[in-house]
Amino acid sequence: MIRLFVMVGERLLFGAITLLAVSIIIASSVDLLPGDVATAILGQAATPETVAALRKQLGLDLPFYQRYWEWLWDFLRGDMGVSLTNERPVAPQVGERFANTLLLAALAAAIAVPLSLALGILAAIYRGGWFDKLISSSTLAAISMPEFLVGYIVIAIFAVELGWFPSISTLRHDISFLERIYVMLLPCITLALVVMAHMMRLTRAAIINLLASPYIEMARLKGVGTARLIVYHALPNALSPIITVIVLNLAYLIVGVVVVEVVFVYPGLGQLLVDSVSARNLPVVQASCLIFAGTYVTLNLLADIFSSLANPRLRHPR
Amino acid sequence: MKSDGTNSNARTGETILDMRNVCIEGYGEDGWKTIVEPISFQLKRGEVLGLIGESGAGKSTLGLSAMGFSRGGCRIREGEILFDGMDLRKASETKLRDLRGARIAYVAQSAAASFNPAYRLLDQFVEAPVLHGISNARDASDNAVRLYGEMNLPEPETIGFRYPHQVSGGQLQRAMIAMAMSCKPDLIIFDEPTTALDVTTQIQVLIAIRKAIESANAAAIYVTHDLAVVAQMADRIMVLRHGRLVEEGEARSLLAAPKQEYTRQLLNVRTERKDPAQVDREKDMVLRVRDVSARYGKGARVLENVSVDVARGETVAVVGESGSGKSTLARVITGLLPPYEGQVSFQGEELAGGFAERSKQDLRQLQMIYQMPDVALNPRQRIFEILGRPLGFYLGMEKGRRRERIGELLREVELPENYAERFPYELSGGEKQRICIARALAAEPRLIICDEVTSALDQLVSEDILKLLNRLQKTLGLSYLFITHDLATVKAVADRIVVMLQGRVVEQGEKDEMLKPPHHEYTELLLSSVPEMDPDWLDRVTTERTASGHLG
Repeated sequence: MIRLFVMVGERLLFGAITLLAVSIIIASSVDLLPGDVATAILGQAATPETVAALRKQLGLDLPFYQRYWEWLWDFLRGDMGVSLTNERPVAPQVGERFANTLLLAALAAAIAVPLSLALGILAAIYRGGWFDKLISSSTLAAISMPEFLVGYIVIAIFAVELGWFPSISTLRHDISFLERIYVMLLPCITLALVVMAHMMRLTRAAIINLLASPYIEMARLKGVGTARLIVYHALPNALSPIITVIVLNLAYLIVGVVVVEVVFVYPGLGQLLVDSVSARNLPVVQASCLIFAGTYVTLNLLADIFSSLANPRLRHPR
Repeated sequence: MKSDGTNSNARTGETILDMRNVCIEGYGEDGWKTIVEPISFQLKRGEVLGLIGESGAGKSTLGLSAMGFSRGGCRIREGEILFDGMDLRKASETKLRDLRGARIAYVAQSAAASFNPAYRLLDQFVEAPVLHGISNARDASDNAVRLYGEMNLPEPETIGFRYPHQVSGGQLQRAMIAMAMSCKPDLIIFDEPTTALDVTTQIQVLIAIRKAIESANAAAIYVTHDLAVVAQMADRIMVLRHGRLVEEGEARSLLAAPKQEYTRQLLNVRTERKDPAQVDREKDMVLRVRDVSARYGKGARVLENVSVDVARGETVAVVGESGSGKSTLARVITGLLPPYEGQVSFQGEELAGGFAERSKQDLRQLQMIYQMPDVALNPRQRIFEILGRPLGFYLGMEKGRRRERIGELLREVELPENYAERFPYELSGGEKQRICIARALAAEPRLIICDEVTSALDQLVSEDILKLLNRLQKTLGLSYLFITHDLATVKAVADRIVVMLQGRVVEQGEKDEMLKPPHHEYTELLLSSVPEMDPDWLDRVTTERTASGHLG
C-alpha cells in the first residue's frame, strides 16, 4: 500500500512536469504559426501600422520568452488571462465549454462502457460461435473507420433518412435537460461506436487469455458452468487490463472529441480549441490544451491506481 | 486403502469406475494422433490406482478422462467410461457438470496456480457444495473448518479467510485436498499432487491424502512420475509409457518383482553412485566462500555467515528446501549478487563482488548450468551459435577452429555432431540440458555451478545426465558446486554435503560421514523425508514422527 502512495506521488510530480512541457510546446508552436492574433482580428483591414498598434496593445511586441513567463506566472496564481479576441476572461469561457464536453463524454461512456463490457463477456462465453464472429467483425469495422466518417454515416441514417434526431447539436441556453440529451444523442452514439470496439475487444481478449489457466480448469472440474466460469472466475482476474483500457478510452472521449464536436457543431471544448487556433488566440489555446493534457495525465494515473487495486496480492498483503 | 488392510472395502467394495478400451487423441502438427492407446481398468470404492510414467506417458490425460474431461487439443476417441454405471462419454455437458466436483473431484499438481487468486480459500471451498445443491454455505463452511483440521492445517477456523497467496505451498496443497473432499466424492483424481513440494512438506501432504481417501471411502487415481511415492499410496499400479500400458499389477508384487524391463529401469533409478574423488583439501582448493552474508536490496539477510569450500575435482552438494538460500549462494559466487559481508576467493585469489568487475579469465573459469534447459537456451539460435559464442568470447577462437571444437563438445556430451545445425526446440529436454553442459564446457572452466540441473527432467533422463557429469568430472578434473533439493541426486554425485536452512549452513562434511547417523536434527528430518520404494515407508515414518512429535 505504501508503494502505491509513493507511486501516486511520483506520478503527480511527473504529471506537473508534463503539463509544463505541454504549455511550452503549445506556446512555441502557436508562436511559430504564420500570422498572429493581430492579423487575424484585423483581417482585410490590416495595414502595417494598425497591425503594429494592435500588437503593442495586446503585448505581442514583447519577446516570446517574456510573454510565456508572464502567462505562466499568472497561470500559477490561478489567472488564466484574457481572451485576445473578445477580451473576456478565459476561465469562464473555457469552463462552460469543458462542462459541455464532459457531459458529452459522460453520456457516451454511460452507453459505451456497460455495453462493451457485456458484449465482450458474451463474446468470450460464445467464442468461436456466430455471435462472437459478428461482434468481432463489426467492431473491427468500427475501429477501422475514422470517427468523422462514423459521424456522417450516423447523420445520414438517423437525421437524414429516418429524421429522428437533429443533425446539428447546438445547445441553446433555454432548453431542458431532456431536450439537451435528445440533441446530443447523435454525437454520443458516434463516440460510443468509436470507443466501444477497443473496450469490447480487450474485455474479450483479457478473459479468453485466462481461460487456459489452471484455476479455470480447476473450476471447470468442480462443475462450474460456462457463464459462471467467465463472470465469476475469469473476469475479476482480467479486471486490471480492462480497467486500463476503459479509463484510457474515457480519456479519449474527453480529449479526442474535437473532430466529432466539429462534425456536429457541438459547443464543446474541442470546438473552442479549433476556433482559437485559427484565431491564434493563445491564452484560450493554452487553457484548453492544459485541460486536455491534465485530464489525460489524471486518467492515466487513475487507470494505474485502479488496476493495481484490482490485484488481490496488493489489497491483501501477506 | 492399502496401508494396513483394515479397510475391507478395498477388496469387497462396489466397482465405481469402469474404463473400457478408452483411447485418447491429441491434435498436433500432423492432425489427430493417438496419445493414449486403448486401455481398460476398473476401480472399486476404497481402492487407489497409481498411474506412473515419465512426462508424455499420457498419465494425466488418462486420469482426467476418468472425469469425462479432456484438455484443449485432446479428445476421447473411443471406449466407454462407466462411472457408477453411467457412460461419461455419452453424458450431456449438464450431466457431467453435475458429477464434477460433486461425485468426482480433482486435485491438481500446483495448488498455487489452481486456486483462483481473486477469492478466499473458504469461498472456493464452499463453491462446489453450494453449486451442486449439496449443502448451504453455512454448513459447507463448518465442514471446511473440520476438513482443514483433519488436513492438519494451522488455525483451521481462520485459514479459510486467507487468499491463496497468503498461504504456503504445502498448506495450499492440503487446502486443495480439503476442497476436493467438500462434497464427499466417490472418486478423486490426484494429478501429481506433491511434485512441486519439498520432501519435508511432501510427507505431510501424503499423509493428508491418505486420510482423505480413507475418511471418504472413495476410490482414487493417483498420477505421478515418482515410483517411491506411488509405492506408498497405491493398491494397484499401472506403468505407462508413450501412451501405452507397460505393465500393471498389485502394488507390492509389482514393486517386488517387475515383469517388464522398463519398470525395472524405473525401479533402479537412483542407483548411480560416484566413486569418491581423491582430493587434497589442504592445497588444491578451487573455491573458498568465507563468512558470506547477502541480502536483496535493503531487505532482510537471505544468507548468514555461509562458508563453503570446493577442492579441485570434487563435487560439493548444497542441499536445502526452497527458500533456504542455496540459489542465492550461487548468485553470490557468480557475482550476480555482490555479498554484503564476507569474501569469495577463486584459486587462491579474491574475486570482485560484482561480475562486472571480474576479469574475463575469472568469468571463464566459473560457469553455470541451470534448472530449466528450455529457457536457458536462446530459441532463435542454432546449437553451433549457442556453443560458438563462449568459444569466440572467452577463447578468441576463429570460425574454422570453432566448428571443429563444437563437434568435439557435442561428442563429449554424447550427442551427434549434426545437432550443431539444429534449433533448441528440435531437441528433447535431456538433450537440451546436454547442450547447456556443452556450453559450460566450451569455456574450459575449473568450476561449474549446477543449479537444480535435473529437477525439470524425468528420472531416467536425469540419471543419464548425472552419469555424464560424473564422467566429465573424472576426465576433465572439474569441480562442481551442486545445488539441489533432491537427496537422491546428492547421493549420486556428491563428495561433500552442505545442508542449508534459512540462509545458514546447519551442517557440512564428507558424504559418507553425513549420511551416517548421528545427524544434525534438520539433516535427519531431510534424510528421513525422502520417499523409499518400500511400501511401508510412509507408515513407518508416520509412526516414528508421531511418537517423537515431529509431525505438523
